[in-house]
Amino acid sequence: MNPNYYLVLSAILFCIGVLGFLLRRNAIVAFMSIEMMLNASNLAMVNFAHVHGGLDGQIAAFFVMIVAAAEVVVGLAIIVTIYKTRRSASVDDANLLKF
Amino acid sequence: MAASGLFSLAWLMIAIPLVVAGFLLVAGRLTDAWGHLLATLAVIASFLIGLVLFIDLLGRDASQRSVSNSLYELFSVGRWKFDVALQIDQLSILFVLLITGVGSLIHVYSIGYMAHDERRRRFFAYLNLFIAAMLTLVLADNYLLLFFGWEGVGLASYLLIGFWQHRNSAAVAAKKAFVVNRVGDLGMTMGIFALLAQLGTVNFTQVNERAAGLSPFWATLIGFLFLLGACGKSAQVPLQSWLLDAMEGPTPVSALIHAATMVTAGVYLVVRSHALYAQTEAASLAVAIVGTVTLLVGAWIGTSKDDIKKVLAGSTMSQIGYMMLAAGLGPIGAAFAIFHLITHGFFKANMFLGAGSVMHGMDDDVDMRHYGALAKAMPITFITFAMGYLAIIGFPFTSGFYSKDHIIEAAFEKNTVLGVLALLGAGVTAYYMTRLMMMTYFSQKRWRQGVHPHESPLVMTIPLMVLAVFSVIGGALMLGWITGWLAPATGGEEEHLSLVHFSGIGLLTMAVVAVGVVIGWWLHRRDVPDTAPATRNPLVIAGRRDLYGDALNEALLMRPGQHLVAGLDSFDRGVVDGAVMGSAGVFGGLSSAVRRLQNGFVRSYGLTMVVGVVLVGVVLILGQLA
Repeated sequence: MNPNYYLVLSAILFCIGVLGFLLRRNAIVAFMSIEMMLNASNLAMVNFAHVHGGLDGQIAAFFVMIVAAAEVVVGLAIIVTIYKTRRSASVDDANLLKF
Repeated sequence: MAASGLFSLAWLMIAIPLVVAGFLLVAGRLTDAWGHLLATLAVIASFLIGLVLFIDLLGRDASQRSVSNSLYELFSVGRWKFDVALQIDQLSILFVLLITGVGSLIHVYSIGYMAHDERRRRFFAYLNLFIAAMLTLVLADNYLLLFFGWEGVGLASYLLIGFWQHRNSAAVAAKKAFVVNRVGDLGMTMGIFALLAQLGTVNFTQVNERAAGLSPFWATLIGFLFLLGACGKSAQVPLQSWLLDAMEGPTPVSALIHAATMVTAGVYLVVRSHALYAQTEAASLAVAIVGTVTLLVGAWIGTSKDDIKKVLAGSTMSQIGYMMLAAGLGPIGAAFAIFHLITHGFFKANMFLGAGSVMHGMDDDVDMRHYGALAKAMPITFITFAMGYLAIIGFPFTSGFYSKDHIIEAAFEKNTVLGVLALLGAGVTAYYMTRLMMMTYFSQKRWRQGVHPHESPLVMTIPLMVLAVFSVIGGALMLGWITGWLAPATGGEEEHLSLVHFSGIGLLTMAVVAVGVVIGWWLHRRDVPDTAPATRNPLVIAGRRDLYGDALNEALLMRPGQHLVAGLDSFDRGVVDGAVMGSAGVFGGLSSAVRRLQNGFVRSYGLTMVVGVVLVGVVLILGQLA
């Protein structure tokens, strides 16, 4: 199968993730969008690994997954805490850290 | 020749007063009861050492009389080596005897004069510090060590002028003396630097040997620089203004520092540098002119002051002017300068201490218009003062007669104008000293209420008597040998001076002096007004205001200085600070604008990142395509 299809799929997924992050206010959805971008890049790396016949890309994909898992743990905990204290999961409401 | 035996202990002369001064200052009140006695003993010890050395030198052949005594090396830089070394020769030993001899008498006098001052111990510590510094100045065998002593006496002078620092006038006078002396020190240091650069040495002997090799320009320049230094220390025009204010100090200080010893350091410097001045006619003439101007200025001021100490201060300036004039006349004048310096040390210290004794009896009043008819109330003070008076006007056979007449004669030999002016100065001197005598000791009583003049205690009058004796016979004592003795040290030749000496100029001088005395007597023979009469005579007004010395300094130096400093200050605030603060302000404004980007919305941060990444991607792709 043509590897380019995977790249196109990866690009589409990444763009959906970016747009989701930029447009949606819900923190959980923004988080999901980030996961989608990470996985889009994973797909691209695995695809390139397949094309070049090496294992580097696949190993990098595992690294990304592990980092994503750790990030989910910390990120969700933060989101839950913010929701508990502020009764809101909107990222625009958490805007105190500014000039 | 190198030092041996007693001469290797010459440093004790400096060390004893110095250690005692430090001890009295450190030990504090513990020594209040006996500190003044210890200090007096220290100076007497120095005097005895000096006397023994002098007697030893007297017994030697003239070529053996210069003894150098190297103590240790101060530091060496490249080819230059700076030693702490003492030179005991004909010139310095005379100074040592004058400083420690008159110094001892003044210490004894001060025991009585300062008896009721609760800070007497500190006063004596400062006096000892002065003696040590002054001995360093005259015993040094190089200009650098001389400069150490030069600054040391400046410090002691500052501390002692401002001794009664609770009086604002004393504190200001001390500061003024210090500041004016810094101007002179500038000349001293520059002169020493120039010597080092040109001759590679600051040692007196070596400088004298090599001075002939100096180019005329450098010899003249160094001569003028040293003259500036001498003007500062010796209160010569144009740096004369501090001496009159220095009379704020206790009277023994005025006698010791501002009459007998420290203010003569400038004359010493010029005489010490005789080989240098021999190379340069211009600088020598400048020395003589400065001396002549000062002797007239000082005498002028002396005629119009009512403060007894200021009259004497003007007189001191005037007499030092005579010495500078003599020193500028060349080798033979130099010997007369030192001769007059020593006799002046006797009679002026005598008169200052006499003035102190009068003030002591008059409740510290210094205004001569409040005195009058004190001859009967204070007979010892009167008689001793009269001896000093006769000496300073040059009454025949007193010490001033011999020393001053020779200067006037030498001035006539060199230049008639200088001679005539010096002669005129002698007449004015006779006038103002007669005026002082008439207003203080004769005429009618003008005492303030509650003032009961009384003779001072013996501890004060005995030094007066000793100094009075030397005022009268000092000249005759030294007359026979002084020029021959000093000849090797001043580069002159021996002159035979006779005890009975009446040349044409000598007789003329006596006539001028007699005229001065008669005018002084005639004007003050009757009532003396109780307050200084108002006058429109510009000469008198100028004299009362110190010939506008302060006004001149203020107009020429102080105000332009203030303007310069104010200009520099506004330059600093406007331009330097403006540049620094302005650039800081620009960056501050920029950053507060850029700060607005941090708006707290995560999604706008995200957008920024996306735009950035896209831009980078586009650039990379375009780079690949290009």
